[in-house]
Amino acid sequence: MITFVARRLLGMIPTLFLVSILTFIIIQLPPGDFMTSLAANLASGGSGIDEGTMNVLRHQYGLDQPFAVQYLKWVGGFFRGDFGYSLEWRRPVRDLILGRLGLTMALSLISLVVMWVIAVPIGIYSATHQYSLGDNLLTLLGFLGLSLPDFLLGLVYLAIGIFGFGVSVMGLYSQGMEEAPWSAAKALDLANHLIWPALILGVGGIAQLMRIMRGSLLDVLGQQYITTARAKGLKERVVVNKYAVRVAINPLVSVMGMQLPQLISGATVLGIVLSLPTTGPMFTRALQSQDMYLAGSFLLFLSLMLMAGNLLADIALAWIDPRIRLE
Amino acid sequence: MSAYEAQMDELASRAEEESRFALSQWQLMWRKFVRSRTAIIGGAMILLFYVAALLADFLSPYGANQRFVQFLYAPPQALHVDLRQGVYIHALTRKVDQETLLTTYAPDPTQRIPVRLLVHGEPYKLAGLIPSDVHLFGIDGKDMGVFLFGTDRQGRDVLSRALIGGQMSLTIGLVGVALSLIIGSVLGVTSGYFGGQIDNIMQRLIEVIRSFPSIPLWMALTAALPQHWPPERVYFAITVILSLIGWTWLARQLRGKVLALREEEFVAAAQLAGASDAWVIFRHLIPAVLGHIIVVATLAMPSMILAESALSFLNLGLRPPLVSWGVLLQEAQNLESIRHYPWLLAPAAFIAAAVLAFNFFGDGLRDAADPYTQ
Repeated sequence: MITFVARRLLGMIPTLFLVSILTFIIIQLPPGDFMTSLAANLASGGSGIDEGTMNVLRHQYGLDQPFAVQYLKWVGGFFRGDFGYSLEWRRPVRDLILGRLGLTMALSLISLVVMWVIAVPIGIYSATHQYSLGDNLLTLLGFLGLSLPDFLLGLVYLAIGIFGFGVSVMGLYSQGMEEAPWSAAKALDLANHLIWPALILGVGGIAQLMRIMRGSLLDVLGQQYITTARAKGLKERVVVNKYAVRVAINPLVSVMGMQLPQLISGATVLGIVLSLPTTGPMFTRALQSQDMYLAGSFLLFLSLMLMAGNLLADIALAWIDPRIRLE
Repeated sequence: MSAYEAQMDELASRAEEESRFALSQWQLMWRKFVRSRTAIIGGAMILLFYVAALLADFLSPYGANQRFVQFLYAPPQALHVDLRQGVYIHALTRKVDQETLLTTYAPDPTQRIPVRLLVHGEPYKLAGLIPSDVHLFGIDGKDMGVFLFGTDRQGRDVLSRALIGGQMSLTIGLVGVALSLIIGSVLGVTSGYFGGQIDNIMQRLIEVIRSFPSIPLWMALTAALPQHWPPERVYFAITVILSLIGWTWLARQLRGKVLALREEEFVAAAQLAGASDAWVIFRHLIPAVLGHIIVVATLAMPSMILAESALSFLNLGLRPPLVSWGVLLQEAQNLESIRHYPWLLAPAAFIAAAVLAFNFFGDGLRDAADPYTQ
């Protein structure tokens, strides 16, 4: 098991290196730099900035250095926990992104848990009641869930909040709660503002997982050891839950690695729709203003999060399925 | 039953079985496909969507950028049916709320305006070719219009814009999938066929691309498109950006298929007969995995449509004056619009229906593509 993890970790290093270079190239793609976009912004606001000042600032921030030097400085800083300096916010990138990445991760994780808690029982029900009315209905609902993107559900959620309850469901806290001191009410308010977005994020995943669980359990239920278990006179509940589900759940773990990118992407978009302080809003802003270290660090960390998630999914799979470890 | 009859019966059933064996792979797939009801419904819906996109200018009562300045944010109008007068709508009367200064419209039941079929209106070119000014339905007079889905900020008919926006949203998926198919099938099949170093490099490349979460990567790439580009170029650039990630899925799946097929006898036979690698790939391997390619392509369509609408919704994809479902939803981005003008969310229903259709269809195709399992 340890060799398996070590090998996977070593394999990640070159990928990570390539990802960081690609990130830096992508962030540098837009024509011009932060200064030109700043000048354009100032000009549209009526004021201006002269070429001399721009060049002084460029020099100060190192924007006039060659690509390779800028890249090495940026990546070198990572080993010291320094992710560069945000030109727009005039603060170290680190201070800006940690909380936002944390919330993106928290939202994705809560969503992952919600997905499993909902999808597994539905999948078991669907498989044990194949082609029943309930199964067909759930299948249809699953298709619908696959077809509704996060940002649309987010809009619907906003609309329900307004028309159903007359409240704005945007942000992390209700009005007036943000500044309030910590209390049980505030924690409850925060939970309430997190669980629904997490559920919205999970809708697509729930639909996928329940389909996979249904198919996998149906396969397992047709196998001979299940017939044997039934022939021994075990209760159906024991046969399904202890014998079949235990094996049928493996494919779900292996798709976890695939679902993580969707969750991270979804959390980014949903954050913008619901104005949650996830990576979404600040990342978009940074892209538009060409605040390259900020945008680059976001992209790199989101990728890192994805890779770490995939690694964990692989480890989990190796843990429950010993065949994988020996490969 | 005599022994003779039993024998005849057996012969008959064997003949039936053999006739099944005699069916080609495609005939088997078709048989299996038509048995799935949801797949047929999905296919019919897709057909309907594309026909509607082709005829969008005719089906929509107004042009995408035709403005009714007297009717900004007009709510959807109800169609009424009267046995003598036919279909009609009520005229809208405008009222300004003195407190909030919001303009509201109310139908006036005393004024009935008949809705006619095939009326002359804004000129257009059908499918970009045939010039015409006939619209499927509309009302007489130019001051008011029939707004079944309401109007937007600039007084443009939401239904017309949604129909015309479908052209963009549905073709961007098609073009994007086509591009990813070309890249993905060539690279995937080559990688699986040659193996070794080529395969290693290709797999590493795919791994690096897939290490990025797709939407943030798309956002970063589309943000790099210059603001001054003409709309057509932005449209094309976005299809390219979407397929830059899309091909990796296809390439991975095809590689796996080809790795297995490579060991089959027909490949060895072709190689022994002196066929070149290109011949084996294009004449034998790609046709063998064609069914699979079609399935993956169909299942990739929803994600393309969703990606385009998400990006456009975030102001990072298509931009006005181009009209797509995502661009239309930009109008419904803030709380105030949803509160006061919920009909601006109508294009969302189009997105959901189109994606649902592709999911139904693709699911049926996936089962059919493997006709030998039951």
